[in-house]
Amino acid sequence: MSVVSKSPADPPDGPAEAVVVTVGESAAVAVEAETTAESAPTPVDRTLPDEAAPVEALVLGAVEEAGDGPAAVTQYLNQYVASGGDWDEVVAAQRERGDETFVVNMGPQHPSTHGVLRLELELEGETVSSIRPAIGFLHSGIEKSMEYKSFAQGSVFATRMDYVAPMFNEVVYCLAVEKLLDLEVPPRADVLRVLVMELNRIASHLVAIGTGGMEIGALTVMTIGFREREMILDFFEALCGTRMNHAYVRPGGVSIDLPESGLSQLRTVIEWLHKHLPEYAGFCNQNPIFKGRMQGVAQLDLTACMALGVSGPPLRAAGYPWDLRQDQPYCGYQDYDFDVITWDTADAYGRFRVRQQEMWESLRIVEQCYDKLESSVGQPVMVDDPRFAWPGDLTVGPDGQGNSLAHVKQIMGSSMEALIQHFKTVTEGFHVPGGQVYQAVESSKGELGCHLVSDGGSRPYRVHFRDPGFNHLQAVPALCEGGMMSDVVVAVASLDPVLGGVDR
Amino acid sequence: MTTTTSDAITAPADDQSLAVSQGMWGAGPGDVSGFGGQRHPVWRQQPTPRPYGGWFDAAVDRLAELVEGLDPDGASLAHGELTIPVPKELLLAVARAARDDPALRFEVCVSVSGVHYPDDPGRELRSVYHLLSITHNRRLRLEVAAGQDDPKIPSVTAVYPMADWHERETWDMFGIEYTGHPGLTRILMPDDWAGHPQRKDYPLGGVPIEFKGAQAPPPDQRRSY
Repeated sequence: MSVVSKSPADPPDGPAEAVVVTVGESAAVAVEAETTAESAPTPVDRTLPDEAAPVEALVLGAVEEAGDGPAAVTQYLNQYVASGGDWDEVVAAQRERGDETFVVNMGPQHPSTHGVLRLELELEGETVSSIRPAIGFLHSGIEKSMEYKSFAQGSVFATRMDYVAPMFNEVVYCLAVEKLLDLEVPPRADVLRVLVMELNRIASHLVAIGTGGMEIGALTVMTIGFREREMILDFFEALCGTRMNHAYVRPGGVSIDLPESGLSQLRTVIEWLHKHLPEYAGFCNQNPIFKGRMQGVAQLDLTACMALGVSGPPLRAAGYPWDLRQDQPYCGYQDYDFDVITWDTADAYGRFRVRQQEMWESLRIVEQCYDKLESSVGQPVMVDDPRFAWPGDLTVGPDGQGNSLAHVKQIMGSSMEALIQHFKTVTEGFHVPGGQVYQAVESSKGELGCHLVSDGGSRPYRVHFRDPGFNHLQAVPALCEGGMMSDVVVAVASLDPVLGGVDR
Repeated sequence: MTTTTSDAITAPADDQSLAVSQGMWGAGPGDVSGFGGQRHPVWRQQPTPRPYGGWFDAAVDRLAELVEGLDPDGASLAHGELTIPVPKELLLAVARAARDDPALRFEVCVSVSGVHYPDDPGRELRSVYHLLSITHNRRLRLEVAAGQDDPKIPSVTAVYPMADWHERETWDMFGIEYTGHPGLTRILMPDDWAGHPQRKDYPLGGVPIEFKGAQAPPPDQRRSY
């Protein structure tokens, strides 16, 4: 955490120039200039006292070592100097000055920022007078990397974006590819997609509610949230072998059918959730501390939601029943019976209640998926077209998941053409006709979009993901400015951003 | 696998395609080795002849009526999605009309993304706006082109405030300068980064991967399809 403090040497109404020097392990230096509103248009001298002195010399410790003292430096520069340091010393220095303005960097390593989000707060006492979110610390070039991989490999990259809700990433990408191919996936694959998406929605909402509760001190909500999530992740592991980074949904269908014990394990998960989901209402809904921290906090009404492009639970908590699953259905959502949950308070508590109710609606859909899966055992889960379907009929053998023995026998023993086909599909991949599409799904956080451009080759020409968290973080100043500093964590948690998706 | 015939393979860039993409692998006629030297024409967006069907005709006509100079026949319809190419000087008028007209009402600019077509001289950079009408439950796409030498496109933040960060990202990744943006700074890359990484000509900067007795080249120099 680094702090900018005002120097007593500054004239009260003179031009004020702030230089924020953030000192981290990487010695990254961020410089921000800011001029007060009343400042005269006098040009501010930004030159350092000694041109040869490096910027690092402004770091408090370094200046002190030089026997100069920070006050002297700031007086000379007419600037605010910021650095990290011992909090008690910072507070003592601030007390001497007697003014209430603090600039605080929250993050990027702050535990309440859901990853690596940096919030630059300007505080008047405990009131937030300005807040600016800074992102990009988890940027991993996923969109660029996908341009160098085949369409089938794209699923592996997409799943790593929003790692709390990976199934939505995979589905939106695969739907976009299938739209360009005009490909229809088998009904059982659609059911499996809906199943994993809705289970993932519950898991993601559990993380949102759990970590959001933890940040206001309700640690039990987090521990029980992760307990239920664990059941869902165990099911995913049984289904496709991984707890995250699944790459389960592939263009043309899904990678593998339910295992033999899949339906019974799904039944266990459903029963477990039925038993334990009511606990969240019992713990939180009428809890006076919970309500006191969340009610009326981080309000964003419908007008603001529209202006800022907010979607998902924050929009529905403002009372607008917009849900792409019903309004622009995909994966056969029109065949499922569920309600769109809304709330009328447009605050953090409303978003919590919307998420909580949505878990029940998702559970309803999961139960309908169970029935559909039960009645469609044995039907294909990958499109019956050797041009697009991943070859090899993945199965689980004694040594783990892999190509089925029958397939290996065929390509190695009897059919050279099948071997070539397998080889070509795996190395070169299939070609997707040129064009561009935009596909959107309702992820647990809001509208997740995929803009996919193909030039006619076997790799995406351009993929862009519109992550809901990216859009929602724009709304942080609208949520927090004028509020209390303690409400910042509540506001950010109520938006439920996952920085892997925000930064991609 | 590939449907291109040998004639199509050798065809140069024309109105239908931007260029010919060349790769090392592919099944040419009679080739089973996989080293056929696969090539394919690079897709170029074409206007779709009228009528488009559905609500599209009325929407395009209304937009052309409200914005003088907008070509009513330039739109392209594919996969049930309409893309309207908009000259950059008309972008703000089109966006405002699309947002405010009761028959259009595209209230939300869901996303802005850039695309780089280095083979399209004078129109290399594209800024693509995905609009959503919650009132009518429709989607529309606007595509604005800018040359790499003069990558300036007016910012739509005055019409769609939610496009703020999206335009910053597209500036960061593609170097499209959105004039009139309130604070066009880098958002994903560090402030002092040089270049715009999502452009096709941006070097990947990979290093060879060493194996015992062999080396794999960086990704942009490996075999390509």
